[in-house]
Amino acid sequence: MLGAFLKKGDVISGAVLAALGVYIITQARTWDYYTLDGPGPGFFPFWYGVAMVVLSLLLIVSSARTSEDGESKLDWPATGRAMTVWLAFALSVALMNFLGFLISFALLAFFLVAVVFRRPFTTAAVVAVASALAFHLIFPVALSVSLPTGPFGF
Amino acid sequence: MEIASGLLHGFAVALQPGNVFWCFVGCLLGTIVGILPGLGPAATIALLLPLTFKMDPAGGIIMLAGIYYGAKYGGSTTSILLNIPGESSSVVTCLDGYQMARKGRAGAALGIAAIASFVAGTVGVIGLTLVAPPVAAFALSFSSPEYFALMCLGLALVVLLSGASLLKGLLSLLLGLWLTSIGTDLFTAQSRFIFGQATLLGGIDFMVVAIGVFAIGEVLGSVEAGDEAKVLPVPRGFRNLLPNAEELRACRFAFLNGSITGFLVGCLPGGGATISSFIAYGIEKAVSKHPEQFGKGAPEGVAAPEGANNADTGGALVPLLTLGIPSGGSTAIMLSALVLWGVKPGPLMMQESPDVFWGLVASMYIGNVVLLILNLPLVPLFAQILRLPVYVLFPIIFGISIVGAYGASGRMFDLGLLVGFGLLGYAMSKLKYPSAPLILGFVLGDAMERALRQSLMMSQGDVLTLVERPISATMLSLALVILLIPLFGWFNRLRVRAITENG
Repeated sequence: MLGAFLKKGDVISGAVLAALGVYIITQARTWDYYTLDGPGPGFFPFWYGVAMVVLSLLLIVSSARTSEDGESKLDWPATGRAMTVWLAFALSVALMNFLGFLISFALLAFFLVAVVFRRPFTTAAVVAVASALAFHLIFPVALSVSLPTGPFGF
Repeated sequence: MEIASGLLHGFAVALQPGNVFWCFVGCLLGTIVGILPGLGPAATIALLLPLTFKMDPAGGIIMLAGIYYGAKYGGSTTSILLNIPGESSSVVTCLDGYQMARKGRAGAALGIAAIASFVAGTVGVIGLTLVAPPVAAFALSFSSPEYFALMCLGLALVVLLSGASLLKGLLSLLLGLWLTSIGTDLFTAQSRFIFGQATLLGGIDFMVVAIGVFAIGEVLGSVEAGDEAKVLPVPRGFRNLLPNAEELRACRFAFLNGSITGFLVGCLPGGGATISSFIAYGIEKAVSKHPEQFGKGAPEGVAAPEGANNADTGGALVPLLTLGIPSGGSTAIMLSALVLWGVKPGPLMMQESPDVFWGLVASMYIGNVVLLILNLPLVPLFAQILRLPVYVLFPIIFGISIVGAYGASGRMFDLGLLVGFGLLGYAMSKLKYPSAPLILGFVLGDAMERALRQSLMMSQGDVLTLVERPISATMLSLALVILLIPLFGWFNRLRVRAITENG
């Protein structure tokens, strides 16, 4: 149920944010809170860190107290699709270190069209090659905007 | 007199061929983005920002503003023809616009939307022209405590109006404040939250956060949505796009209502076009002699929200240009663009950068005419954009995102951050955390910390200085009231209904 998911999500995200708040406070306490000139670098982070801990705990408590009102199910296949796209994007960015923008981006476009949107391989290949080439011609060539380069110089 | 001479100077700047061209490009891109569901104006402005770095500031901001208000014009096309809002500000237009289209009055609905947008958009710019100078003059007396209080007030309003959960809005804001603290402290050169990475000493680039949270987050959200819907046909020929006399008569009050409501709500930080369109629709329905026709194709149900979301633009630029306080995601990105060009939005902007201030205001009068032309006779052409397959569009958005994040700094590290912020944006939308407070916290965080620390330096550590000065005391009290008032059940139910009914 969506309500149950949000409730669980609220508890988890609340816990993550509370942990972040604790980290912020711990770090802030290692810097000057107040100096002769006035508030130090630890002053502002300390207070928003405190606020973050308090508010995230409130979120956890309030989500535990509210009743579930979920009507529709969380669409796991759809979420899976989105996460697949994100992973493909993350992988293509990692590949850019070695292969450069042109090839990595073409691979990403091919994957999106062929696998995520389930179009024929030829359509995917045309979209991948055409879009990668268009980006290369518009940005590095025409506008002199630098993009990651690979062993082939593009 | 000062306003008239300023505006004349603005027209001299805006009518330079280069600036007219950028105004046209902005309006055209805005219209396209408005029509495309899944890509919003904030994401587009963030994506195109790196390309404007080499531009003259006046031309750059004229183009970015064109995208901002152009998207609001274009958003109605998708609402009317697809029953899917192109932008969140066009959600209400779906209610009556799509029903009109189903009754064969698609042309008239598009025509009414374009006319309402033009009338209210122009009224909004007139409002901006008249209201901005006195607000800026008033703000000249502000010192650090007043600025700190003003930012608290602005952020409280954004939190109040951006999502159903106040707690999540506040947490999103605090996350933005933390992200902006990463880097070197400007007062003491102390490095903060850099995780041992020297690349983080300069802080996180705003572009990476904005593109990641808005563009990548939106694309991931849209991937979930599935296949495209069926487009209703647009009637050919200019005459078929004009509403008849009876429809125009029905919309008379709606044009006025949309203009005034949109401008006033727009002036409030966090107000935004979505809320103003909802309020204008509510007013229209409340005063109508036949409220039962709303939701079944009432022309005034199209005119009021479309007018309001366009008049809102002029209103939203008042706090941005005169106080340096953005009211939402798009204006936050425009603020950082201005800062990158060396222009400082605030009470002195009119004196320090008259070309940019008055050039932008004048260009909006021109932009509204350009948009009327683009959205009336050319609307059948633009409707063809809806036929662009998503499998072509999405790789393009990813490509532009990479260019935008890498192009500014040339660091692979930023691309890694982009991947992370994309996931953050998606997770936030899934868990119903509003993203606008995060972006605003990120943009205003530095200035807010500086104002607070300067205030305490001035008062030698006395926190009471913030509440002893009348203007800052008033603003801080208002901020407190805003954050406490949702504790009253009836108000919160009203607030949540207003926000959730807008999607």
